[in-house]
Amino acid sequence: MTLELINVSKRVGVEQHIYPTDLKLEPGGINILLGTTLSGKTTLMQMMAGLDPLTTGSLQFNGQDVTKTPVQKRNVSMVYQQFINYPNFNVFENIASPLRVAGVAEDEIKRRVGEMAELMKLSPMLNRRPTELSGGQQQRTAMARALVKDADLVLLDEPLANLDFKLREELRDELPRLFADRNCVVVYATTEPVEALLFGGHTATLHEGCVTQFGPTGEVYRNPKDLISAEVFSEPPINHANVIKAGQTITLENGVSWTAEGIATGLADGAYILGLRPHHVMPQQSGKQPVEVSGEVLVTELSGSESVIHFTVGDRTWVSQSHGIHPVEVGAHETLHADVSEAFYFDGSGNRITG
Amino acid sequence: MKNTSRFVPALYILFLLLPIYWLVNMSFKTTNEILGSFTLWPQEFTFENYITIFTDPTWYMGYVNSLAYVSINTALSVAVALPAAYAFSRYRFLGDKHLFFWLLTNRMAPPAVFALPFFQLYSAVGLFDTYWAVALAHTLFNIPLAVWILEGFMSGVPKELDETAYVDGYSFPRFFIKIFIPTIAAGIGVAAFFCFMFSWVELLLAKTLTAVDAKPIAATMTRTASTSGYELGLLAAAGTLTIIPGAFVIYFVRNYIARGFALGRV
Repeated sequence: MTLELINVSKRVGVEQHIYPTDLKLEPGGINILLGTTLSGKTTLMQMMAGLDPLTTGSLQFNGQDVTKTPVQKRNVSMVYQQFINYPNFNVFENIASPLRVAGVAEDEIKRRVGEMAELMKLSPMLNRRPTELSGGQQQRTAMARALVKDADLVLLDEPLANLDFKLREELRDELPRLFADRNCVVVYATTEPVEALLFGGHTATLHEGCVTQFGPTGEVYRNPKDLISAEVFSEPPINHANVIKAGQTITLENGVSWTAEGIATGLADGAYILGLRPHHVMPQQSGKQPVEVSGEVLVTELSGSESVIHFTVGDRTWVSQSHGIHPVEVGAHETLHADVSEAFYFDGSGNRITG
Repeated sequence: MKNTSRFVPALYILFLLLPIYWLVNMSFKTTNEILGSFTLWPQEFTFENYITIFTDPTWYMGYVNSLAYVSINTALSVAVALPAAYAFSRYRFLGDKHLFFWLLTNRMAPPAVFALPFFQLYSAVGLFDTYWAVALAHTLFNIPLAVWILEGFMSGVPKELDETAYVDGYSFPRFFIKIFIPTIAAGIGVAAFFCFMFSWVELLLAKTLTAVDAKPIAATMTRTASTSGYELGLLAAAGTLTIIPGAFVIYFVRNYIARGFALGRV
């Protein structure tokens, strides 16, 4: 069971919403679409579902062309960011609705809805209307409806984004388990890199209608293909700066320099863009090759277990993210330590150089 | 302070209710008492006026006629406006915004403008003096209004609801009838109410397009004098009865109208 997108694109008027895309989505593990708002996640999902016609390309499900198949005949299900339920049906009827349309027998409907409600902890509110439920329960109802019918393709469009923190964590833990023993292709759209990393599976990074990279989530995170993929898959945003390599010396735009090691030794002389994730910039010396960078502290965010420090590096703002509390004064001149052995190097057009 | 805060609204309500009170007051008086003296409440309390209305076909048929064309008109307007409003709220097409605005311009002309063309047209095709004549003439004003109101309510329903239904396997007609219409029931109620009210109070077209068989109550009521001279008590009773259907309908949709106002569409 695979969903294959072949040269799929979407254009509305003169606006290109999705650039030609090839993706092959497999069951077993969640497929994540990672991108900021308006990057085209929802459009791409609607095209996968058959709700939005393709401008070019084709969709294949199990090797069969379904490009022209109407959504009703595709056996897909979808959960949206907004809590979408049928307001005139109670929770039971909401969950049962796909089964009713499919003409499933009454006692079979009762059994399956009962099981699903049990799984989603909705059993006590089966007789209530969706509007009488809390946000979390509403979204569980929507999810129960999506899961009750054994769809071949399950599309989850930021289903947790509108939930409060506690509920989000809870459902986030449950989600992978819900799909563990199902033979269906699951696609999950999110704006949060953390969610992608938690779910594992495969990740496609999206930027302005372009799928910039697709692969196993860990792989995409560790080996971004280009600067944009690295940016999409980094929260707080990845730090970058221009560097120049001459001989075995690499010089940052603010004058700091170090000797190339590891991957950097293979780079030809010239100008590069350096990318370094915030958790490789630390207040204290750590990592394989710490290099001192200093600048004025602009903002500090101290959460219970984590410090995020925004500071200037030359004309740029860099972010440091570290465990523990590292109190620094806003406005102070601080020296931090960038572990350049973890740096990515990109050429002028943003492609990553792997040496 | 507390006294003024009660006094002012009380005064206002009194002011609003005064004409209605006077109408009801007159409906229980004899014409002689109305013309002869100034009395704050009926001295010779009588149901005679109401009895006349409910027994004389020239009177009660006026109500039957009015209710007939108002019902036809309301049903027709809402039925036609539903798909139109759905199209405006869900699809983008060439000139949609202009068309939507143009719908409303129909309401900018006074009904009197259309009296002559309708009269001539209906006479020619044999619709004159039927319920359908008035009902169809009123749809000219009511369909745009109903489309406008319904579009507001429909746009308040996320299009993801439609998509979820399609994903669940609903065909469009099944979704529309089983899910969408119940979802916007309040809007349908409000639209129907406004259609009803317009059609119920509109006098000029209703009067022009009917003669005997479909004559509305308002036309019967506005003949001030009959063979037996002035019948002010009778007219007042007819007026009182005319208020009742409107009050009745308003009572049922009062909560929804507030929602309609909140959507900025009423």
